[in-house]
Amino acid sequence: MPENAAEPVRKQLDALYRAESRRILATLIRLLGDFDLAEDAMHDAFATALERWPQDGVPASPRAWLVSTGRFKAIDALRRRARFDASKEKIAEQLESGSGAAAEVTDDGIADDRLRLIFTCCHPALAPEARLALTLRQVCGLTTEEIARAFLTSPPTLAQRIVRAKAKIREARIPYQVPSPEELPERLATVLQVIYLVFNEGYSASSGASLTRADLSGEAIRLGRLLVQLLPEPEVTGLLALMLLQESRRAARTSPAGELVLLDGQDRSLWDRGQIAEGIALAERALRSQRFGPYTLQAAIAAVHSEASDTGSTDWAQIVVLYALLARIEPSPVVELNRAVAVAMCHGPAAGLALIDALLARGELADYHLAHSARADLHRRLGNVAAARSAYEKALALARQEPERRFLEKRLQELSEKK
Amino acid sequence: MKYICLGYIAPEKFENLSETELNAMMDECFSYDDELRQHGHFAGGEALQPPQSAATLRWENGKVAVTDGPYAETKEQIGGILILEARDLNHAIQLMSQHPGVKAGPFEIRPAADLSEMIRESELRRAARPESK
Repeated sequence: MPENAAEPVRKQLDALYRAESRRILATLIRLLGDFDLAEDAMHDAFATALERWPQDGVPASPRAWLVSTGRFKAIDALRRRARFDASKEKIAEQLESGSGAAAEVTDDGIADDRLRLIFTCCHPALAPEARLALTLRQVCGLTTEEIARAFLTSPPTLAQRIVRAKAKIREARIPYQVPSPEELPERLATVLQVIYLVFNEGYSASSGASLTRADLSGEAIRLGRLLVQLLPEPEVTGLLALMLLQESRRAARTSPAGELVLLDGQDRSLWDRGQIAEGIALAERALRSQRFGPYTLQAAIAAVHSEASDTGSTDWAQIVVLYALLARIEPSPVVELNRAVAVAMCHGPAAGLALIDALLARGELADYHLAHSARADLHRRLGNVAAARSAYEKALALARQEPERRFLEKRLQELSEKK
Repeated sequence: MKYICLGYIAPEKFENLSETELNAMMDECFSYDDELRQHGHFAGGEALQPPQSAATLRWENGKVAVTDGPYAETKEQIGGILILEARDLNHAIQLMSQHPGVKAGPFEIRPAADLSEMIRESELRRAARPESK
């Protein structure tokens, strides 16, 4: 076979790998019942394609060819191992006799397999950090090194986390299935939480010198899009809307020098209009369902901000109402804090300050730097310089992220200049 | 597959219950156990006497030391174990979520380990050493 015949096939296989490898893997995990076996089988199938396609031609349905080749390769591999371990022969026989229907690759089946993979990787019996790692590795196809870099951990630590999670799936027999309708709301909440954690890790890294890690946010949005396509529940749509609306502000959120820019100081011409339009449309769709939850409400709040040309013309009254709804379905002191800030914008700093002081008096937010910096900000607007200074200092003592710390230091500096 | 369900309870939770309330809870639990039995999911189980009745053995300085009380002094103690026959972890979670005992304290669900291979290998080792007992 001449070299030049192999080259176009290699290119086509590269493209197929990028577009289809996650789907093929999801189906092979179902057919073979084992993550590691499926991964080896998929790579064997692509290697075989590279050998055979230049001679035999590209099959009519490349994806189905790769799945069935992978399946046979796995059965072969088990047979070879059966020479040393008799139990493998039984597994190989079971896999071989697996009904033809189960091995058939339909588009519907593939969609189900991808959902199965997502729900299995986000199973509540797995440790939360293992869910993140496993989802990024298996569903998104990121390498262990890429995930480790994004989460500032070492590749061996991360690899061990993934190995342990796969062992738990095997040993505790976590099934490869989409939850039943009764279980769906709770299990879906875990999946959405994983996606939003990935997004936030990319949007507002919890520690470190850089404020955002854009590739993780992009990955989370891709996951959100996939889930909307596979399971168009209102909250799934709401989460995608929320992520797009937050992501639309990325360019305006940090100054060229890497400083944090808060919403009221952002250059709104830098906001991504395409993401805003898509986010608003999705948020409206989720709201119309009447079955929305916290993600949709947060998206609606972000949408109100996106529609205003500046803080002054923002519909704060509507934001206060949305936060009150959010506090009712998902009570949390952080939501209360956000509502207080919106009340301050709507009815003046003193009204907001009273709410924040009451919240702090309850003790829950005493160690939350944003509560102190919001309080400082309202005191500053009321001209209470001493109270503002002591609140900014408290916030500074609690803030861990460099850009946030620099922001607070700058505010303190401005206060002393005023005097 | 077998799952061992460890049912934890906080004994002080029961001290304030009236006899009627206690009976109602027990009836609920036993009737669900019966339901599990009818469908072949109840592969065994025992309730435990209170932790004060426990004796704990441990190897110390080359011999067995006996102490009174449970191994871990925690607020919630194992109140009983149930051996559940289930298809997979989701099935086990689904079955135990409906057990009224979950309202009295958490269930820890642990898959049973299959040691048959390990035992077979051990038997081979022991057979190869006829002098050992």
